[in-house]
Amino acid sequence: MITGVGGQGTILSSDILAAVGLAAGYDVKKSDILGLAIRGGAVLGHIRWGEQVHSPIVPEGRVDYLVAFEILEGLRRLDQVRPEGMVLINQQQIHPVSVSSGLAAYPDGESADQAFEAAVERVYRIPGLDIAQELGNARVLNVVLLGALSATLPVEPEIWENVLQERVPAKYKDLNIQAFRNGRAWMQERI
Amino acid sequence: MKVLLSGNEALARGAYEYGVQVATGYPGTPSSEILENVARYEEIYSEWSVNEKVAMDAAIGACYAGKRAMVAMKSVGMNVAADSFFYVPYTGVRGGLVIVVADDPGMFSSQNEQDNRQYGRFAKMPVLEPSDSQESKDFVGAALELSEQWDTPVILRTVMRISHSASPVELGERAADDGSPTPPLKRDPHRLVCTCVWAKYQHPVIEKRLKKLAEFANTYPLNRLEWGDRSLGIVAGGAVYSYAREVFPEASFLKLGMSYPLPQALIQELADGVEQLLVIEELDPFLEGQIKAMGIECRGKEIFPAYGELTPAVIEKSAAEAGILPKDAVKGARELPLPELAGRSPILCPGCPHRSTFYLLNKMNDIVVAGDIGCYNLGAQPPYNATDTMGSMGASIGVAHGFDIAGIPDRFMAVIGDSTFFHAGIPPLLDIVHNGGKSTVVILDNHTTAMTGHQDHPGVGFRLGGAPAPKVEIEAVVRACGVTDVHKVDAFDVKAVEQTFKAALDFDGPSVVIVEGPCFFVGPGATRAYAVDSDACIACGICFKLGCPAIVRSEEVNAKTGKPKAEIDPVLCVGCDMCAQVCKSDAIYRVEE
Repeated sequence: MITGVGGQGTILSSDILAAVGLAAGYDVKKSDILGLAIRGGAVLGHIRWGEQVHSPIVPEGRVDYLVAFEILEGLRRLDQVRPEGMVLINQQQIHPVSVSSGLAAYPDGESADQAFEAAVERVYRIPGLDIAQELGNARVLNVVLLGALSATLPVEPEIWENVLQERVPAKYKDLNIQAFRNGRAWMQERI
Repeated sequence: MKVLLSGNEALARGAYEYGVQVATGYPGTPSSEILENVARYEEIYSEWSVNEKVAMDAAIGACYAGKRAMVAMKSVGMNVAADSFFYVPYTGVRGGLVIVVADDPGMFSSQNEQDNRQYGRFAKMPVLEPSDSQESKDFVGAALELSEQWDTPVILRTVMRISHSASPVELGERAADDGSPTPPLKRDPHRLVCTCVWAKYQHPVIEKRLKKLAEFANTYPLNRLEWGDRSLGIVAGGAVYSYAREVFPEASFLKLGMSYPLPQALIQELADGVEQLLVIEELDPFLEGQIKAMGIECRGKEIFPAYGELTPAVIEKSAAEAGILPKDAVKGARELPLPELAGRSPILCPGCPHRSTFYLLNKMNDIVVAGDIGCYNLGAQPPYNATDTMGSMGASIGVAHGFDIAGIPDRFMAVIGDSTFFHAGIPPLLDIVHNGGKSTVVILDNHTTAMTGHQDHPGVGFRLGGAPAPKVEIEAVVRACGVTDVHKVDAFDVKAVEQTFKAALDFDGPSVVIVEGPCFFVGPGATRAYAVDSDACIACGICFKLGCPAIVRSEEVNAKTGKPKAEIDPVLCVGCDMCAQVCKSDAIYRVEE
C-alpha cells in the first residue's frame, strides 16, 4: 500500500510497482484512489502481486508493506498493516490546511513514533527527501522510496531498473536510476 | 503480449481494437481517462462534447450513418444523456452503439450513488459489466456485436474500482479500415423519426427483443457458471465478482457479464445445485429483485448494504454477521494507539484563481451562495464555508433564480465554472432574463475543465487532441442571452473582485460577473515565491483564511496574543500574490532572486 499527499509522485510509484510485479511474472492488480483536487489531498494506492489476484483492494488489516510518503498519511493507514508487515516511512511532514487554519493539530513526533512501534516491529524511517535532494531534485523522492522497498522484495534489481527506464522521461533516466540505487543502498545497510 | 492497463485505458483499447470510428463524451470522474486514451488513436474520431446529451446524440447520429460509435460519461452524466438514449431502442442502430458509464459506488467524486444498471431496464437495453481490465477491453467488442446483432444500444457499465484499477491485458490489433468513404445517409423516417405515430409500432418490437435476449443470455458466454463447493452459490458480476471471489474462493458462482436481461435458466440451475443462494451486488438490489420475481429463493440486501462499495472487508463483515462466515474469519483494521489524525481534505491548489472568490464570500458572510459542480465546490469546505447549495451541473443558476422568485431577504448569488456554464448554465441564465429575474451569476472562468483533469471546452480555443478550435467568449454568450450588467474582473486582484461583487449585487436586474484567471495547471506557471517577514507579521491570521496549502503556521508566536505567525512553504508557493494583497501589516513579500 502506498500513501502520501497529491503532488508527491505516489501515482507513478504505484504504476512502477505494479509493472515490476508483472515483469517478475506475478499476476498483478493495482487500484488508485484519485482525489478531487490534483494537489493537496490524501492519495492512496493498493498494489497486489500474487499467483492469482482477484480483488484490486488489499484486504483490511492485511497489508504486507506500507510505503508512506508522509508521516500523517502513514499514521492514517497504519491500522491496515498486519503485525508481521513492514512500514517504510519517509520522514516528511506536510501540514494540511486543517492544521494551518487551526482546526486540527499535526501529530507530535513522540506519539507518532509510539504508534509506529506499536503497529509493527519492522519500521524504517527513511530520510527520502534528503536522499533526493542530495541528487539535486526533490521530485525523485518517489523513486528513492521504491529503491528502499526493492531491497526488501524478492525481485532482481535489473527488473526494477528496466521498468524504471520505460516509465520515466528519457531526460531523467540516469537521475532516476541513481535515485533508485541510493534508496536501495540506504535500505540494504539497515536490513 | 500482456501489458498493465487501467480499466479506462482498456476500454479505450477496446474501442481501438473493435473498430469504433466515433467516440464522444463529457469528462467526469471516474470516466474521464476513457476518451483521453481513445484520443491517442488517430483512426478514431473523438471529441469532448459540450455535455453528455450532445455526446449521446452525436454518437447516435454517427451510428445512424453506419459507424461504430462509443459514448462515455460518469454515473450522473447518464441523467443528462437520458432524454436521448431512451429513444434509440425505438429507432435501433446501424453501426454498433455502446454507451459506457462509469458508476461511483462509495461516492469518491459524485453527488449521489445512483446505480445505472437501472437505466438498462428502464430504457430497455442490455447491460454488460466487466470485472477487470481484460474484460473491459473484451466487452467493448461484445457490446458492439450485441448492438449490431440485436439492433439495440448497449450499456457497458464500469465502476470507479474497475476504471481506476490496473490489471494485465492481452493486446490485439485493429482490423484495417477498408478506406471506403462514408455513404449518403440511408433515409428511413418510419424508424428514425420517433414520432408517436410511428414509434408506437416499435415498442412491441422492443419487448419481443428483450424476451429473446433474456433467452439468449442463458447461452451467452459472458455469463458463466463456475461450480465449486455446493453449500454456497453466489450470483455476482462486475467489480463485486472479484471481491466475492476473494472472500469465498471455494463457493459456486454464476459470474454475470450481462446484468440485464438476466439468464433465468442459469440462475435456476445454480439455485438448484446449491444449499444456499446469495446475490452480492453493489448499490441497488437490481439482480436480487428480478431473481426473487422469478420465484427463486435468494438472500442479498438483508445481508449486504445497499450503499458504498462492497469491498472484501464489507462482504466479510456482513457475511459473518449473518452467520455465513465464522466470526473469527474477519480480521479488519487493527486497533492501534493512534494519535488524533488531522484530516486532509482536497483543497484549492496553490495559485488557484478561485481562492479570491471564496476568501471574499467567507468574509462577506451574509451572501447566500448557490454553488455548482467543479473544483470551486471546495468553497463549501473550511476555511471558506461559503457555499450553501450544490446539486447538479448547472443547478446553481436555476436555484439562485428560485431564491429570487421565492423572495428571500438575503443577498444571494450563483457561482459556476466555465465548463459547467457551457454544459448546463446557458438555459437557466436565459430563463432569468426571460422571466425578469434579478439574480447575480458569478462565472469562474479558469480556462479549462479543471477538476476532471483539464479537458477542453468551447471557451479554450482547442479541442481534444490539441487541434485548434474557435474560441467562444463567455462574455459574448452572456450578452447574447440578454444580460446587460456584465462585469469582467481579474481573479488575482482581490480588491477588484470584491468591488465587482458589490456592484453586481447592487444592480437592480440580472448581473453576471466573469472572474477570469487561468487554473495554475493551464496558466503560465510559477513565478518567484513569497515569504513572510516574521518581525512584521502580527499573527492576525488573515492569510490563513485564504486556505492556501503553502501558508503554514510558524513556530513563532505573537508575544502578546500567543497566536502563531505565518510562514510560506517555498516549494508549494507559486507566487499568485493573493496573500500579499490581504496581509494588513505588509509582512508578505516577493523573494528576489
